[in-house]
Amino acid sequence: MTAKTQRSEGVRVQVLRVFASLRLILLLIGMVGSAHAEFRFPMPEFSTGYEHPAVHTPAPDNSMVGWDVAVLIGTLSLAAFLVLKHRKRSAIFLLTLFCLVYFGFLRNGCVCSVGSVQNVTAGICDPSFGVPLTVIIFFAAPLLFALFFGRVFCAAVCPLGAIQEAVAIKPVKVPPAVEKVLSVLPIIYLGLALLSVGMGAGFIICQYDPFVGFFRLGASFSMVLFGAIMLLLGVFVARPYCRFLCPYGVLLNWCSRLSRRHATITPSDCIQCDLCSDSCPYNAINGPSEADAPEARARGAWRLGILILLLPILAALGFGVGGFLKEPLSRMHPTVRLAERVAGEELGRYEGTNIESEAFRGSDQPIEELYADAVELKAGFGAGARWFGAFIGVVIGCKLIGVSIHRKRDGYEPDRGTCYSCGRCFKYCPVKE
Amino acid sequence: MKPQEHKGRRNFIRGGVAMLIGGAVLSAARSRSPKLVWQIDPEKCTRCGRCATHCVLAPSAVKCFHSYSICGYCDLCGGYLRPDAKGRNTGAENQLCPTAAIKRTYIEAPYYQYKIDEDLCIGCGICVEGCAVFGNGSLYLQVKHDICVNCNECAIARACPSDAFRRVPAADGYLLKSDQETRIS
Repeated sequence: MTAKTQRSEGVRVQVLRVFASLRLILLLIGMVGSAHAEFRFPMPEFSTGYEHPAVHTPAPDNSMVGWDVAVLIGTLSLAAFLVLKHRKRSAIFLLTLFCLVYFGFLRNGCVCSVGSVQNVTAGICDPSFGVPLTVIIFFAAPLLFALFFGRVFCAAVCPLGAIQEAVAIKPVKVPPAVEKVLSVLPIIYLGLALLSVGMGAGFIICQYDPFVGFFRLGASFSMVLFGAIMLLLGVFVARPYCRFLCPYGVLLNWCSRLSRRHATITPSDCIQCDLCSDSCPYNAINGPSEADAPEARARGAWRLGILILLLPILAALGFGVGGFLKEPLSRMHPTVRLAERVAGEELGRYEGTNIESEAFRGSDQPIEELYADAVELKAGFGAGARWFGAFIGVVIGCKLIGVSIHRKRDGYEPDRGTCYSCGRCFKYCPVKE
Repeated sequence: MKPQEHKGRRNFIRGGVAMLIGGAVLSAARSRSPKLVWQIDPEKCTRCGRCATHCVLAPSAVKCFHSYSICGYCDLCGGYLRPDAKGRNTGAENQLCPTAAIKRTYIEAPYYQYKIDEDLCIGCGICVEGCAVFGNGSLYLQVKHDICVNCNECAIARACPSDAFRRVPAADGYLLKSDQETRIS
């Protein structure tokens, strides 16, 4: 408990003690004499013509909402043009800075596309949860652009990507194997976030947003610390949040794999000069396939067959293991935490109350109802945790299949899934149009 | 596989994904709403004091509101005076508010008006507690929308022990205790 709450607590106890007796008397008088039985003191009738002052209820600033959508569509289109036609890294970077200033510092980074996944999920799970049109556009527009032009949203428009792009001064290469293994993290994060929203346990993507504190120039200590670590790490490992955590990036990755057009390293045909191979800090450039004899077709087919058979086994394994996650995951929900606290207090496991249980005991909700809610939520989390585990199993299986398949490539090209279309590789290509 | 065939399959999958996104959008749009903002339900608020400490802004976007139409205009005000106040006057040692944000003015015998200075208020709710325990409860906490940055998930809502925060339509963004107030925006 902080000193401040302790102090207010002290004052409260004093208030209670001193006024308690007086209050009772006044209450009795009030009940007998006053027309306003619900109020302790009668409302005065003034003889001097005094009138109640007005209450200041300023409306929220709504004027920028239309602009936000216009700027989003505009910057996405411009980014697509710069990446696919103009092909200048400097121009893309300038647009990145503009979006960092506009979506980040001017608009305080809320709502962003990354967080909108949760609003849309909440809207699907619970029709009474309102999803404003702006939020729906922020969710869908970057995905549709990725479906046609690749991850141009990541390249220049996302403020979270932009702040990391701006600090990526001395990027080093992460070993591709490490990159592949860590690339499972965002999918797990996405699964967790969707489970949390689906169960009504809150928006964890917003809760653990590393940079929004910088945009608003104010945040909790842990948020600032997380953001500072991400930025420091980002100097050497470019875009750590985008690569190893961003849950929206997973969706963009899937859409971008199917993109109609995508950024290319060379404006024309690749001459396999190898100059660009080290230019990408994101391990997103795939080189030409090895010239020497590929492995026997039969062996590859066998391996693929085994991996595909492994897929349902991994899913079932995840389904089973997920059952163990029921308890820890259900504690994401405040009602479950409260019920466990109250149950602990009833059993004498805790001394005194905490602020939540005190608020609960002050309300007129019966304890049995709280327990029933918590039991129902836990059952929901039990099922959710199992499906979450199965999902992780399938993801790992698909990653293994993806690693085992070798595609024939004639030159250097960006990986459509992981390429952020940042444009660093453009200037390394000696081929002119 | 012929490249032409490959392209057709890719187009087909792309169309499928576009339809998926469209489906997600449509089912989310079932719950379409105008712009939403966060607000405190004064009936649920337990004056725990977290509004002052958990907002991403400093000082907090939560301020004390005063519904004059249900105020008793008491001389002995539970929201203004400390329980151990030496006298019923504006002396700093008598004031409950840690930032002296409540202005007390004499109206007519025996009534006093209490007005909140929004620039000084930090939303700690100490006066709200005093008014709730000894008074009509005309003081209560509300989110001021000209200050609030309207986070997608309000940091105070997450910390609120009594689930008093909820999203309300921006067009009517306040949950005032009395509907007889004259409002200015």
